[in-house]
Amino acid sequence: MELYELTIQQALEAMRLGETSSAELTRSSLDRIDALDAKVGAFLVVAGERAQAEARQADERRRRGETAPLLGIPIALKDIFCTRGIQTTCASRILEGFVPPYDATLVSRLTAAGAVMIGKTNMDEFAMGSSTENSAYQLTHNPWDLDRVPGGSSGGSAAAVAAGFAAGAFGTDTGGSIRQPAALCGVVGMKPTYGRVSRYGMIAFASSLDQAGPFARTVADCALLLETVAGPDPNDSTSLPDPVPAYSANLECDLRGLRVGVPDEYFAAGMEPGVEQAVRRAIDVLSELGAEIKPVTMPHTEYALAAYYLIAPAEASANLSRYDGVKYGLRASNANTMELYTRTRGQGFGAEVKRRIMLGTYALSAGYYDAYYVKAQKVRTLIKSDFDRAFESFDVLVAPTSPTVAFPLGARTDDPLAMYLSDVCTLPPSLAGLPALSLPCGLSDGLPVGLQIVGPALGEQIVLQVAAAYERAGGWNARVAPLT
Amino acid sequence: MAVAISHDEIEHVALLARLGLSDDELEKLANELSAILDHMRALNQLDTSAIPPTAQVIPLRNVMRPDAPRPSLPVEEVLANAPDHDASYFRVPPVLD
Repeated sequence: MELYELTIQQALEAMRLGETSSAELTRSSLDRIDALDAKVGAFLVVAGERAQAEARQADERRRRGETAPLLGIPIALKDIFCTRGIQTTCASRILEGFVPPYDATLVSRLTAAGAVMIGKTNMDEFAMGSSTENSAYQLTHNPWDLDRVPGGSSGGSAAAVAAGFAAGAFGTDTGGSIRQPAALCGVVGMKPTYGRVSRYGMIAFASSLDQAGPFARTVADCALLLETVAGPDPNDSTSLPDPVPAYSANLECDLRGLRVGVPDEYFAAGMEPGVEQAVRRAIDVLSELGAEIKPVTMPHTEYALAAYYLIAPAEASANLSRYDGVKYGLRASNANTMELYTRTRGQGFGAEVKRRIMLGTYALSAGYYDAYYVKAQKVRTLIKSDFDRAFESFDVLVAPTSPTVAFPLGARTDDPLAMYLSDVCTLPPSLAGLPALSLPCGLSDGLPVGLQIVGPALGEQIVLQVAAAYERAGGWNARVAPLT
Repeated sequence: MAVAISHDEIEHVALLARLGLSDDELEKLANELSAILDHMRALNQLDTSAIPPTAQVIPLRNVMRPDAPRPSLPVEEVLANAPDHDASYFRVPPVLD
């Protein structure tokens, strides 16, 4: 087994036993990135020298007898997390050359845990997209089929883990941007309960929806990554005060008697038969493990797309108004203040970002605010109440993560609505702020399929337990994409 | 009947958003937004007259800290990414004539 194939748990054990070192692990990651990332395009920045220095420090700390949850483990970060001293662009030209003067809370917690930061990964610009094709810098290719998308918006992080460039990574999920790329790239990805992980230093897209979360090749690794960064933060007043359970220490679970709901509406028309088959087979495995599987109706599911694509762009139009050329980032040539703003923003933002800012501004503008924005917020209440009702009778819900496997690059770029439909299965839990995970449950035509598990608020533990139980029986075995 | 956003409306929205857009971009956006908003009209099928809006899914309200000063970023770090600055100021075009 190559070093880059080790899971985080395996790597920690190997270092503990003196069989390898962080320097060797980091070298293995960097070598693989050197050899193959030209084909994949997962990274915007590879922090080679800094990572090797951090690795040496980690090895030194370990020699001195120190322990830390991720000591010496190479981790990749979506380029949405502010990293002090390292360029952070959100894959936008408007932040080209921006070097944050501070670390996101997530980043400082990873550093405290001894992680080695391998680099910043590609994404859809300002997290707006489902394919990573909206990056202003480069395309990312799915390691399972280089002509296909990795999903988005955290496509670079998902691809990095799938390709064996890093054993773990972080992304963000607003409407599905961790879960959908995890499904398309055949890795585990999780969006925690809204408020579980601090958003301080995480560049904002839609503040009532954004959440950071981990990618890894096993559920246990994801659990470890999540518990390392989760928890209240005085710098994020939307972070929940609840203590963080030791998720990774409590993954054993007997599924007998577990009440699993399967929402009918998630298997709607437009779903590929191969995806449906793989997901239904996975649900059968849960049944064989003793879970009680029953269908459940979530009648407002079909309205989630419309509600989301009014709420998220509205919030984004407010959040992105800070990009004005005044204090940081791009400043276009200008003759007056109005031109400073309009030319900077006109030049600096890509097409999808402009589309969403316009949509959001329109929905919030006088005369339309009640008809669009407030209406969408009321529908959000209805969608959340579908989940509240479901969780009175069920412990978890399972569904597909994506209606299709990875689609070809360029296949949906001409039709914004077609691209938005990639998210139909992931949007409702986002609107409800609930924890949701995707893990691989098979292949369809050689491409990964994801099973989505949704839990009640702060139900990360049960979601991870069900995922771990399925993973043991499911046969995916943490594989790295067959990339050469 | 489809939602049709007029050229004047789209120009107004672009101004509100301080986005400098070419005529081609404006036209394309008018069409795209019309199509997207048309899809949104499905929300009108739902009777939400008695439903409160959800702005935030968590129960936290007014999370405060004591009004005690803490160190903040040094001025040099704040200005390090500035497109144009002068000593401890960001330099911008004149706002008033």
